[in-house]
Amino acid sequence: MTGHPGDASRLPPAIEATGLRRVYDLKPKPVVALESVDLEVAPGEFFGLLGPNGAGKTTLIKILTTLLLPSAGSARIFGFDVATETRRIRRIMNMVAGGEQSGYGILTVREQLWMFSQFYGLGTREGWRRVDGLIEAVGLDEQRLQRVSTLSTGQRQKMNMARGLLNDPWILFLDEPTLGLDVSAARGIREQVLAWKAEIPGRTVLLTTHYMAEADELCERIAIVDRGRILAIGSPAELKRRVQRDSIFRLEVDRLDGGPAALARLPGVVSAAFASNAAPDAQHVTVNLALREDAALGGVVTALAGMHSQIRSLGKSEPTLEDVFVKLVGRGLADAVDDSTPMPRSDADDDVAAAHAQAHDPETNG
Amino acid sequence: MSTAAVPNPPGGSLTPAQRRLAADPRITADWTRRQTAETNLRALVGRAYPRVRGMFREPSWVIFEILLPFLGTSAYVMVYRALKAPEEYVGFVVLGGALSAFWLNVVWSMAGQLYWEKSQGNLELYFAAPMSLMSVLLGMAAGGLAMSSTRAAAVLVISASVFGVQFDVQEWWLVGVVFLLTLTALYGLGMMMASLFLLWGREAWHLTNVMVEPVYFVSGLNFPVGRLGAIGVAAIATIPFAVGLDAMRQLAFPHSDLLVGTPPPGIEALILVAMTVVFTGASRWCMTTIERMARSRGSLSIRWQ
Repeated sequence: MTGHPGDASRLPPAIEATGLRRVYDLKPKPVVALESVDLEVAPGEFFGLLGPNGAGKTTLIKILTTLLLPSAGSARIFGFDVATETRRIRRIMNMVAGGEQSGYGILTVREQLWMFSQFYGLGTREGWRRVDGLIEAVGLDEQRLQRVSTLSTGQRQKMNMARGLLNDPWILFLDEPTLGLDVSAARGIREQVLAWKAEIPGRTVLLTTHYMAEADELCERIAIVDRGRILAIGSPAELKRRVQRDSIFRLEVDRLDGGPAALARLPGVVSAAFASNAAPDAQHVTVNLALREDAALGGVVTALAGMHSQIRSLGKSEPTLEDVFVKLVGRGLADAVDDSTPMPRSDADDDVAAAHAQAHDPETNG
Repeated sequence: MSTAAVPNPPGGSLTPAQRRLAADPRITADWTRRQTAETNLRALVGRAYPRVRGMFREPSWVIFEILLPFLGTSAYVMVYRALKAPEEYVGFVVLGGALSAFWLNVVWSMAGQLYWEKSQGNLELYFAAPMSLMSVLLGMAAGGLAMSSTRAAAVLVISASVFGVQFDVQEWWLVGVVFLLTLTALYGLGMMMASLFLLWGREAWHLTNVMVEPVYFVSGLNFPVGRLGAIGVAAIATIPFAVGLDAMRQLAFPHSDLLVGTPPPGIEALILVAMTVVFTGASRWCMTTIERMARSRGSLSIRWQ
């Protein structure tokens, strides 16, 4: 078997999922977290899964990383079956989740990474060399000998990223990797992933996020997921073209009785949703509006006056992924199902926690 | 960090590093048996590392792991001497105090460890890595052994010197064999318990409490277990700590007429062999079962389940 660095076209799909379904056997009734998911990701692709908490993103990642079995359907990673060829898949993949607290606080950053390198079979010296290289690459030089327990959130996530790259994975699963990070730290993580991916053709990344801008910046293709189903797949540009026929406005008001739903009912309004990056507070409410035509704006302004809402700002904007999401899902990320169950929060648990909440919701259960 | 893909030599054999950087993931994923075995061994060392490192990094363990147990042992020595009990009893207590380090380590640092790893998010990463989970368990055991051995040796040496205990060992080789078998049986049980605790979740913590004082009592921590009659025999048949301790006492005090009602050390060594096989096999079976259940139920990474 011969190969050429840079020739990724002869490789099998990095991800190939057919009819994937996953049901959690929760009480009082089972909850469907994934339903009929078909997906193909090419080797070398940067692919994003975009959706709210509980959409099924993490369940999909867990199936693809061999941590969870599908209830029905099949999935392959570079040709290896996730149900039966787990060992082979684990040799070529790695994963990093946002807010990850893995490892042992008593170790230094360098020691912790070396420990994980041993789990992937790197030689002792090779492991130390690789660890030192990655520490430098992620910008943790100053924290090299610092105990893990003393790292800040951003530093910790940089270390987690280094851990995820220890075995030079062919496919890297990133589950909300910038969750809770400040702008600068999040940018650092994104740049690092892009740089790593660019080193060798064929390296593939599957990213889940609910940060629209992040998905837009990083992903070559995106799947919009909600309630366990893939609603649309395409490049960011392709997805945005779906809403280009509509007039998109960003509206800021001092109050909005009845929420965006009150606007969505108005004639000529295609959709209305809270802007995900500007959650409502006591002072103002920001809403993304999609109108069939600009003329419908007059009706919106009149209705707002009737609701005693004072307009702070109003501007026409280019379609964003958020507009695509609102159009497809019928609500914004900020309005989407969230799990407010009193459980220890972990983003990795979102699908099940949200499913759990759904199962206990009297409305869902009738 | 810079890495470059290595062209694959046609039909050639690749080193693990070359395989990792091969230009085809199917080659990267295709490990030899040797590579798999090496990875498992490295994972064992890797998992033992935090325990050994922590021992040196947090010296407070000297107080909690050596000084306090020594005080506990001293109290029993004082009681026996006040009662003018035969001097062998002091030796029994000192041996019990030394060996209890291993039992405590098994109960507190082995049994609950996987449950703790799950709550930290480590367990998911262990499952997602290519090594065998038995390597993780063995690594935990090896690291725990290093720590407990230090404590046991310290308690033994200090107590023996302070209280002037005279051991009359005549079969050193058998002492060595019994000691090693006791450890393998104990940590085999610890690995099995770690899996079971993971399976049972929070309720397992109650079990931990049950496994300290009651086990000390039925194992004869501070007195010869044979004095318990049928209960002592039952303990010898089921608890590695009980059988190992009794065998060590018999070997350290071969002429004592206080150690009655239990099998000779040779037989107890065989019991330890059987325990090692059963507990290690059971822990392996448990881990496989747990992984299968976790993948099917989705409970592996759900912290609140």
